[in-house]
Amino acid sequence: MENDATLEARVKEALEQLNQAQDTQTLDQLRVQYLGKKGELTSLLKSLGQLPAEERPQAGEKINQAKQQVQEAINQRKELLDSQALNAKLAAEAVDVTLPGRGQPSGGLHPVTRTIARIEDFFSTIGFSVAEGPEVEDDYHNFEALNIPAHHPARAMHDTFYFDAHTLLRTHTSPVQVRTMEEQQPPIRIICPGRVYRCDSDMTHSPMFHQVEGLLIDENISFADLKGILQQFLRAFFEQDLRVRFRPSYFPFTEPSIEVDVDRGDGRWLEILGCGMVHPKVLEMSGIDPEKYTGFAFGMGVERLAMLRYGVDDLRLFFDNDMKFLGQLS
Amino acid sequence: MKFSELWLREWVNPALDTEALETQLSLAGLEVDGCEPAAGQFSGVVVGEILAAEPHPNADKLQVCQVTDGEEEYQVVCGAPNARAGLKTAFAKVGSILPGDFKIKKAKLRQVESQGMLSSEKELGLSDNHEGIMELAEDATNGQDLRFYLNLNDAIFDVDLTPNRSDCLSIAGMAREVGVLNRARVNQPIFKRVPPTHDEQPQITLEAPHACPKYLGRIIKGVNIQAPTPIWMKEKLRRSGIRSLDPVVDVTNYVMLELGQPLHAFDKAQIQGGIRVRLAEDREKLVLLDGSELELTADTLVIADHSKALALAGIMGGEHSGCTENTQDILLEVAYFDPLALAGKARNYGLHTDASHRFERGVDFQVQERAMERATELLLDITGGEPGPVVEAVQADQLPTRPDVTLRKNRLEQLLAIRLPDEEVTDILTRLGLKVEDLGDAWQVQVPSYRFDISLEVDLIEEVARVYGYDKLPVKAPTASLLLQSQPEARITLRQLRSTLVARGYQEAVTYSFIDPKWSQAFDPDNTPLPLANPISTELSVMRTSLLPGLTKALVHNQKRQHPRVRLFESGLRFVQTPEGLIQEPMLAGLISGARLPEGWSNQDEAVDFFDLKGDLEALLELGGDSGSWQFKPAEHPALHPGQSAEVLCQQADGHWLSAGWLGALHPQLSKQLDVRGQALVFEIRLDSLQAGKLPRFKSLSRFPEMRRDLALLVDEGLPVGQLLQEAENQGGEWLQKVTLFDVYQGKGVPEGKKSLALGLTWQHPSRTLTDEEINAQVDQIVTAFSQGFAAELRS
Repeated sequence: MENDATLEARVKEALEQLNQAQDTQTLDQLRVQYLGKKGELTSLLKSLGQLPAEERPQAGEKINQAKQQVQEAINQRKELLDSQALNAKLAAEAVDVTLPGRGQPSGGLHPVTRTIARIEDFFSTIGFSVAEGPEVEDDYHNFEALNIPAHHPARAMHDTFYFDAHTLLRTHTSPVQVRTMEEQQPPIRIICPGRVYRCDSDMTHSPMFHQVEGLLIDENISFADLKGILQQFLRAFFEQDLRVRFRPSYFPFTEPSIEVDVDRGDGRWLEILGCGMVHPKVLEMSGIDPEKYTGFAFGMGVERLAMLRYGVDDLRLFFDNDMKFLGQLS
Repeated sequence: MKFSELWLREWVNPALDTEALETQLSLAGLEVDGCEPAAGQFSGVVVGEILAAEPHPNADKLQVCQVTDGEEEYQVVCGAPNARAGLKTAFAKVGSILPGDFKIKKAKLRQVESQGMLSSEKELGLSDNHEGIMELAEDATNGQDLRFYLNLNDAIFDVDLTPNRSDCLSIAGMAREVGVLNRARVNQPIFKRVPPTHDEQPQITLEAPHACPKYLGRIIKGVNIQAPTPIWMKEKLRRSGIRSLDPVVDVTNYVMLELGQPLHAFDKAQIQGGIRVRLAEDREKLVLLDGSELELTADTLVIADHSKALALAGIMGGEHSGCTENTQDILLEVAYFDPLALAGKARNYGLHTDASHRFERGVDFQVQERAMERATELLLDITGGEPGPVVEAVQADQLPTRPDVTLRKNRLEQLLAIRLPDEEVTDILTRLGLKVEDLGDAWQVQVPSYRFDISLEVDLIEEVARVYGYDKLPVKAPTASLLLQSQPEARITLRQLRSTLVARGYQEAVTYSFIDPKWSQAFDPDNTPLPLANPISTELSVMRTSLLPGLTKALVHNQKRQHPRVRLFESGLRFVQTPEGLIQEPMLAGLISGARLPEGWSNQDEAVDFFDLKGDLEALLELGGDSGSWQFKPAEHPALHPGQSAEVLCQQADGHWLSAGWLGALHPQLSKQLDVRGQALVFEIRLDSLQAGKLPRFKSLSRFPEMRRDLALLVDEGLPVGQLLQEAENQGGEWLQKVTLFDVYQGKGVPEGKKSLALGLTWQHPSRTLTDEEINAQVDQIVTAFSQGFAAELRS
């Protein structure tokens, strides 16, 4: 009984000490102290020999139970301390997640590029490819080959920048169409984006702006194909089931010529692009047989589309390159 | 062209309201640009007659008028200088409302009572004329509502006619078109020949019949040019945007508006001998009606007498021969001028007139007789006078021809994707004034003299489609054979390059392709830029030979707007003149300035430097997958800091190195000159060099360990390290994988004039572990090459 009392006291003492241990190191010391080879409980086992043989198994079992109890307490305490330590570490490592992130913020594309890319993407899905050409052009490709001879009144519609009598800044991207037709027989399906120039500058005119023109030439292309493609394009571009209206107009390089209006939603029509069936003289001049092939061409002002789409109210902003403006629209 | 709706409706009156008419015209290709009421909103204004006008007792500039509306007399104070007894004018009675919801009340002006107001055209929203109160005709009925008297419940149409539709530049033409669209009858004024009452004939010679194949002249004697133009004519002119001057000018303008034929009246007393229609002599002088003096070129057609030029044919009359208040006898001119002969002439002299506008586009060459009789008739009614016989000089073989045009039924169907009934096509063309003969599978069509825009089959197709209605024509979904287009994978697209820069914080800019020659000189003095002949301003007068001036200008713009942190790029052409001709070359350029990162809690406020920009450029080069084909060579550029600039070289397929562009810091002097604050770093590279990429190629991955050796070296501070790194790669043997420069240091512990470099060299063999001996041998080889080639010392 005396031994029992000692054992109980030892266990109690050990448990108290364990519960006060604040780190795993202390815990380890306590483990050695009680459960080590020379530990206090272990040594009790060694003293079993002094007991009568019939009491030994029972006493031994009690000691082993006591050891097991202490070991479990150590384990529990260790787990607790570990989790406390982890929590403390995690708490110390907490950051203010509401602070802004670090590094280079993204820039953005110019709204003109963005708009052109969108237009190109629509048309590339139906087999158009992108064609480009020179901006300093000759009179032939910009005018003559498009059925606009010298002194044609239509030239007054193009305020042209000249370098000399034969060289000029292209007033539309149509010369790219001419150059393509000169080099390639139909079928032709191209989109010609790029800078164009007109000698005009005020609130609503910039001496430089961008156009996307398109050209489709093949056998049996009709007015109905033109209407279909442009109607679909405008609806896709504005992501709306827009009302679209086709109105007769005049361009020397197309016949019939058409201007396309879209319904602004307030009952008023807004002119959005020009188009038409390619004039047989234009085909002929570029070496394409107008009896065999027909086609259509269209052209639109990119800034105008971008202004409508993004609500920009001043054309000149497109060329000021103000970081605040560009940042807003990218 | 501007015109009064009521005038049009005198000719043709379809059952459409104003708005429907407007839409109909636009959808027929006669685009209505504007449609305004003929007068402002007003009511209660009547014809009033001033019975007496006395000076105001308390004001010098005012008069006290007694005005009658035919029933009662009113006292009205008026400030207009033309208020006088006997004048009939617009009288806004007490209670009337003028435009702008302005109510007329009884008032006292300087102690004198005023019961109403006498009004000017401007006050009634009729025109901008505010010189005095309106002067109405003597036979106007006192008390009549002014809106009724002047027929003001009218709209003014402004139709923006395309250059091909000169046939619609008149009420007659518009009416014809409206008649076609509505299948409505068009009223024509009766064409009367005015018999001559004397036999004086002008002598007319056509000396340039290709330019003027037809010229009609008639002398009218004893016109009373002081006679007032009737109010109906004045109003129609006003609503067409033409001011009334004197009855002779008014009648010529009126007939031009009505029939589309411009006319001119000479003061016969000023003509010496007869009329010669000839080309000008070189540098011949002519003073025009507007007072401007021209020096003519020899290709200009003039109307002359036997001593001098009188008028610029088809454009404007001369001052000397024009009618004045003393004119007694006039010579009336009605001519046809060839559009090509007149094309561009007015513009060359900085002129644009109603006449030149019409002649350049084409005037009906069969309407002259009619216009002459119509003008004579109107003139005699207003000014009186004695008409002489009409003298007609014609060179018939020089008049335009109108060959028949064939329209194939199949072609029409193919182009419009619809088979229209034959009767409908015939009907449309016939109503347009064409004579149509059905040949079975085609129509043969005769084109009238007023249509200058129909000479081909497709022109007829347009007419049919237009009148039928573009909106009614069928729509097809696009179809095409599905053919994949090849996309060269190795080629780097501009989109990829742009995205890379955007991801690295760049905003894309678009700057003008034409720049200030001073900026061009400052950035690129070696290239003479291509100048524009007609620039919009000096600042935009030469084509850029580099994209850098534009980007730098954008930087200055942003710095001035408190945006010092700028990262911009642009792609576009540069224009370089070479002995072989102009090169239009696509370039990609970038500019950074200001802080490396935006101001922030964790960012140090460090300005960008050369290596930020170089890193960005390298990111672009790496897209091509072949960084080994690029080199940065220290070199000087006029716009760049001599110590911080490099020429970018690109290795060609044949092994030689070609300059692809530049990068560096903007030269401090240039920055100062251009008001750039702080440092700006720029690059500009030929786009095609960036686009030539390489397809990736797999090499098997080694399972054996990498071996690394680090070297610490001392070299001269001026040594370009790139050369050293290249040498390490050359000397490192077959298994060298990587050379890393991990430190460059100058300062404490390093001798003056030297710099310390730390290099990491990594080897790996594909199929076995390399031995220390092998590696050491390679290191020795490198160190020897460093010491011999670059005087580099190994630091202990």
